[in-house]
Amino acid sequence: MSRVTSAAESPRPAGDEPLLKLAGISKSFREVEVLRDVVLECPPGEVHAIVGENGAGKSTLVKVVAGAHQPDRGTMTLDGRAVSFHHPRQAQAAGVSIIYQEFNLLTDRTVAQNIFLGREPTRGPLIDRRRLEEDTVALLEQLNVSGSISPRAKISDLSVAQQQIVEIAKALSFDAQILIMDEPTASLAPPEVEALFEIVRQLRERGMLIFYVSHRLKEIFALADRVTVLKDGDQVATTDIGSLTPDSIVRLMVGRELSDYFPELAAPDDIGEVRLRVRGGSNQHISDIDLELRAGEIVGLAGLEGSGRTEVAEAIFGVEPFETGTIELDGEQVSIRRPRQAVDHRIGFVTEDRKTQGLVLPRSVLENTLLPLRTLSGHDRREREAVHEVAEGSTLTMQLAERVDLRAASLDQEVRFLSGGNQQKVVFAKWLASDAWVLLFDEPTRGIDVGAKAGIHDLMRGLAKRGAAVLMVSSELPEVIGMSDRIVVMSHGRIAGELEAGASEADIMLLATGQSNGDGPDVRHPAEEVAAAKTAQEDQAAETAEATADSELSEVTSNPHDDQMGHDPGEVSG
Amino acid sequence: MSDTTKPADEGRVPQRQQPAASRLDRFGGHALEHLKASAPILAVLIVIFAAIIYLNPAFLDPPVFLAFLRRAAPLMILAAGQVFVIVSGGFDLSVGSLITVTVVVAAAITEGDPDALIPVMMLVLLIGVLVGMVNGVVTTMLKVPSIITTLGMLLILRGAVFYWTGGSPTGALADNFRQFGREAFDLPVIGQLPYAAIIVIAVAWIATRLLHRTAFGHQLLATGGGARAAQLTGVNITRVRIIAFVLSALSAVIAGILLAGFAGVSAQVGQGYEFRAISAVVLGGAAIGGGRGSVVATVIGALTLEALFMLLNLLGLPQPLRESVQGVIIIGAVVYAGLRLQRSGG
Repeated sequence: MSRVTSAAESPRPAGDEPLLKLAGISKSFREVEVLRDVVLECPPGEVHAIVGENGAGKSTLVKVVAGAHQPDRGTMTLDGRAVSFHHPRQAQAAGVSIIYQEFNLLTDRTVAQNIFLGREPTRGPLIDRRRLEEDTVALLEQLNVSGSISPRAKISDLSVAQQQIVEIAKALSFDAQILIMDEPTASLAPPEVEALFEIVRQLRERGMLIFYVSHRLKEIFALADRVTVLKDGDQVATTDIGSLTPDSIVRLMVGRELSDYFPELAAPDDIGEVRLRVRGGSNQHISDIDLELRAGEIVGLAGLEGSGRTEVAEAIFGVEPFETGTIELDGEQVSIRRPRQAVDHRIGFVTEDRKTQGLVLPRSVLENTLLPLRTLSGHDRREREAVHEVAEGSTLTMQLAERVDLRAASLDQEVRFLSGGNQQKVVFAKWLASDAWVLLFDEPTRGIDVGAKAGIHDLMRGLAKRGAAVLMVSSELPEVIGMSDRIVVMSHGRIAGELEAGASEADIMLLATGQSNGDGPDVRHPAEEVAAAKTAQEDQAAETAEATADSELSEVTSNPHDDQMGHDPGEVSG
Repeated sequence: MSDTTKPADEGRVPQRQQPAASRLDRFGGHALEHLKASAPILAVLIVIFAAIIYLNPAFLDPPVFLAFLRRAAPLMILAAGQVFVIVSGGFDLSVGSLITVTVVVAAAITEGDPDALIPVMMLVLLIGVLVGMVNGVVTTMLKVPSIITTLGMLLILRGAVFYWTGGSPTGALADNFRQFGREAFDLPVIGQLPYAAIIVIAVAWIATRLLHRTAFGHQLLATGGGARAAQLTGVNITRVRIIAFVLSALSAVIAGILLAGFAGVSAQVGQGYEFRAISAVVLGGAAIGGGRGSVVATVIGALTLEALFMLLNLLGLPQPLRESVQGVIIIGAVVYAGLRLQRSGG
């Protein structure tokens, strides 16, 4: 563990006694250490960013400060006094408030009722409504939003940004000295982000210590005074923001350069015969799908949300089968009406939603990995087991776990305790175990952090190299471009065109938005057409643009259910 | 950190690689697994046994203890079947009525004729398979929640028995039909070993293998733990769930045959057994909603429940209160399981 020390660790200007001191904070879940010996001294009036990949321990660290987790070792000193919080309420009373990504607000109640929940000013036995509202207005005035948010507004009528401000007002009502914000901008639009920054800066002026947990480096450089980088539970660095660059932060976080992000594409020799051919496939969602997947090849399936990408994968896998048209596997026509048959035909499907569709959460790594094998009848199973050259389940699982670089406490660990990236690796191991030849991936890296993403991409390429035919549905254009040997673009339930490896985002967007008929890779486009396509395409492009702008660190689509920073107490990062 | 740790899995090193040591390891590993799942309920059982022995030292006499085992056998078997349905994410409330059907039908048909043994056994087992199939098909294909399907089946069977018998079943069971629940082998030292005890051990052993050591069992657990994910991994979730209901129904028929050995032929003979079976499964730590459960712990749960009833008897608690106590303990068991799960989650 190398810790970058810098001037920032020496005392700040005189009079700035540290507001918060952490010494040797460590925390384990189920014998997995997720936080190791964190040492921190923060003065008041600082914005302190906490960065790291998913599973690095950011969330655990701030939850320890906020009293939601109790450290196994280490001490915490607040304003010169040693404190140990057994409950978030104690922390709140001591001046530490936390705002989670998912807000703690009662959506059917008003702003004022939420802020003073359980502490309503009373007159006799009744709530003093006037004072309640006056106090609320006073708080909102401090944040310069009393004009836009009424104390009587119902939370459900507010925008996400406004709800966040209510959370901040609530923290102020507790006289918070320390405010922790967990991915505060995850669901904010750019102007709202700017407004939030204004508020954060203002709170800093007033001497508040703000912990800012975020993936988005751009924001951190815009806002933070100091940064703590965590990696696998280790405090890799705590330093002034000025001494770092986005690249150096990423290096500290993942221990490698961003340029290794995608593995190499297939060489022409790597690509073999057609493994899977769909002809004229149609069902109620998609029509006239003609698609070929070749051994050794990764085909990217791009398109807008709702263009039918996922439906193509689902139809091939028999979830919602084609009603007309044919599927051929290695030249032989097959009928796939149910997932069961797809598995028989050596097709594997890595679904977008791991937690409900990919894994049986309360079962072990071992059982999840071996499940597809166990659905097969004796002969089929033996044939596929023979590929692995080990017959016994736990040996096989161990071997596969090593192959996908799974990090789990043991093979008997329930998969619900794994981080998102590791869960996805179990899904991989599962289809490796079943020796699938055609693999369908639907958003394989959604909700997975940068380091694990690269691992997943390597695994996908590795599968192709071993002769599998791979179809990858993805909303992330950089991923489509970086991974695909061929790109098929969908629009309105049909295939709009096909592009060769290395096509540009503009090429894909043109097809996806129906601006071009896409006769192969030679799509020519006048510049204005590109511009038009991009405008028409705001939603999709905004995500992509954001990803690029943030050094590809943000999770492009932050799905709260998929997120590692969720509040599942059972979540073990690592 | 990281790394999948090997030591945790040494118990499963395949025989082929280490022939000498592994058989022991393997046995040890599995036994340990079951012990881990059963530890809490086993502790409760030991405490209750201790209390019974304190109140009635004669409990340790082999005949007394074996008589207790014989009485507990039907519930242990019933629970071993019920756990299959519960881990798949359902309930089977029809088993009590099915026990009654088994006893009443057998009595009415044999009329004491010992030659009828085999055909009657076949018939009641067939009825069991049919009832289980109907439960399973209605639940999976018609998408009726199992609690409703099997409640309906409970009422259908109960009504049918009352209608058929007019409330007072006739006929008698041949001795050779009653022998399973009543007779015992003569053995030195311990005196007598009831057939029922052997049947329990056999059923429990088969059920344990089936749930924990076969592809079917793993698919069933996966279905209960995440039906959609299991389905998208190739599990035929309809089939495995139907099989679970059939197994539960078969366990009810076997329990009925044992019960016929010592209980009289009546239209109420199986009543209440459905709730006791579910209580036993819950006591054994299986997760309501599916995905987690152990046959061994369930069977111990059933034994514990019967021991508890005996203890309450010894303490002079009025019979009707048994139900209330049962209510309290199943709620308590689920609360405990929830807390345990939370704790292990960190």
